[in-house]
Amino acid sequence: MTDLAWINAAMIAARPQAVGALLRYFRDLDQAEEAFQEACLRALKSWPENGPPRDPTAWLILVGRNAALDGVRRRSRDAALPDEDLLSDLDDVEAPLAERLDESHYRDDVLRLLFVCCHPQLPDTQQIALALRIVSGLSVKQIARAFLVSETAMEQRITRAKGRIAKAEVPFEAPGPVERSERLAAVAAMIYLVFNEGYSAGEGEARAQLCGEAIRLVRLLLRLFPTEPEIMGLTSLMLLQHARADARFDAQGEIVLLEDQDRSAWDGKLIAEGLALIDKAIRHLAPGAYQIQAAIAALHARAARFEDTDWRGIERLYGALERHQPSPVVTLNRAAALAKVDGPEAALAMIEPLADRLAGYFYFHGARGALLLQMGREREARICFDQAIALAGSAAEANHIRQHLDRLEKDFSSPVSAKVAAARP
Amino acid sequence: MLYTLLCYHDEDVVWSWTKDQDEAVMSKIHVVRDRLTKEGKLGPSLRLLPTTAATTLRKTAGDPLVIDGPFAETKEQLLGFYVLDVADLEEALAIARELHVANPGATYEVRPVALYFGDEREAASA
Repeated sequence: MTDLAWINAAMIAARPQAVGALLRYFRDLDQAEEAFQEACLRALKSWPENGPPRDPTAWLILVGRNAALDGVRRRSRDAALPDEDLLSDLDDVEAPLAERLDESHYRDDVLRLLFVCCHPQLPDTQQIALALRIVSGLSVKQIARAFLVSETAMEQRITRAKGRIAKAEVPFEAPGPVERSERLAAVAAMIYLVFNEGYSAGEGEARAQLCGEAIRLVRLLLRLFPTEPEIMGLTSLMLLQHARADARFDAQGEIVLLEDQDRSAWDGKLIAEGLALIDKAIRHLAPGAYQIQAAIAALHARAARFEDTDWRGIERLYGALERHQPSPVVTLNRAAALAKVDGPEAALAMIEPLADRLAGYFYFHGARGALLLQMGREREARICFDQAIALAGSAAEANHIRQHLDRLEKDFSSPVSAKVAAARP
Repeated sequence: MLYTLLCYHDEDVVWSWTKDQDEAVMSKIHVVRDRLTKEGKLGPSLRLLPTTAATTLRKTAGDPLVIDGPFAETKEQLLGFYVLDVADLEEALAIARELHVANPGATYEVRPVALYFGDEREAASA
């Protein structure tokens, strides 16, 4: 890495803690952000000349705080400007400051910052925008591109969120244990939403980078709560899903299903970490929805080939997930696993009762069509696939179903399929 | 003489690297590794997953306790190590300097090896 790349990486890594500490001083998001930005500007000037400080985060906090205080003094004109040289020579104060940060404030500062972004009075969209802006440090332009809205609209969304927080008079003290666990769940949910935004994007879309940002955020959360099994579970889930990123699309940008993916293109390092975390989490004997989903992803990751997948285990885990988090979508996934072990008839019987609730759900029609096709009921399958295409959320999704239909066309004209059709009454 | 180079780094920084940044560091490190390999100086080396993925078995008055972690409140965590077969400390330090250029955020502890057991898996299968 070049000096500049290293400095940039250090500033990105320092950001949550530094902005969190500056928020503690100033109790104002805008002021904390401005102070951090000012500190980064000074770092770009000072670090290449003087070498990187021993503790970049502590440096940025101290310089940011001093710079902001200078600004206040300058505006009030009641004090002379401090000597710029004093700011770049911090070695003496840096060490004790860094230790204080480590011991007491690190956790609370970062946590406060995350809690502020996930304030219960903010709708999801504002929570996500605020977290990406304040904690991750993405520019408004980057966030706007990821969510396919104009920069002005995103700027307004973030300003509105900050306005609500200012009005809500968010307490800056560390929250108590009950509030902490409630809001921890909100932070985890926000991070998973960010991840899913990225995961549902097509290849090469700006949105896809959100997966990486979400993983950085969840790592941060796991460092704050290293013994919380659900946070281990969420981290594991995201790592295992993201490990497949390079195999999920073909050269034309079309979705490649799990069964057709080139497993050698999966990221072994992410899988190793994901598996290690879910193993650790399970030892706590406190299952939760994230852990169960991670355990399912782990069974996929552990199968060297698609044929080796432990579908019985996956079906059971989806059964457990139904109890923790009942949802027709979970049942639909359970049915897909059931089809592998007990056949399409059993799976179809499991999903038929969901028809009303999932009538508007793309995957329901796609999955139902696939089951019908397996049972040789082509005409009904075709109707399902048509419905799925009408509901597809992206071009890639629609194309994927069209492949089914194309295959159906070919099979109908092939002799094998004609035989199957003839055998049916 | 066998030395171990223990590489310490701030985990928050390393695991914030983008894939490109990570690959850029690794490719510079590989240049050094390749040369050491050719010179017959490089023993086993590895990179560790973050401490959040670690579990610790710790002594207690009774049965040992299994806990999550380590989570010592230190700025830098063990990121990986190299075993080097070199003439002396100076040579080990020179290699540490080279690796430091490839990965400027890291700290290297040069620690002499007392006992060395190689990878015994091949012996087991033979």
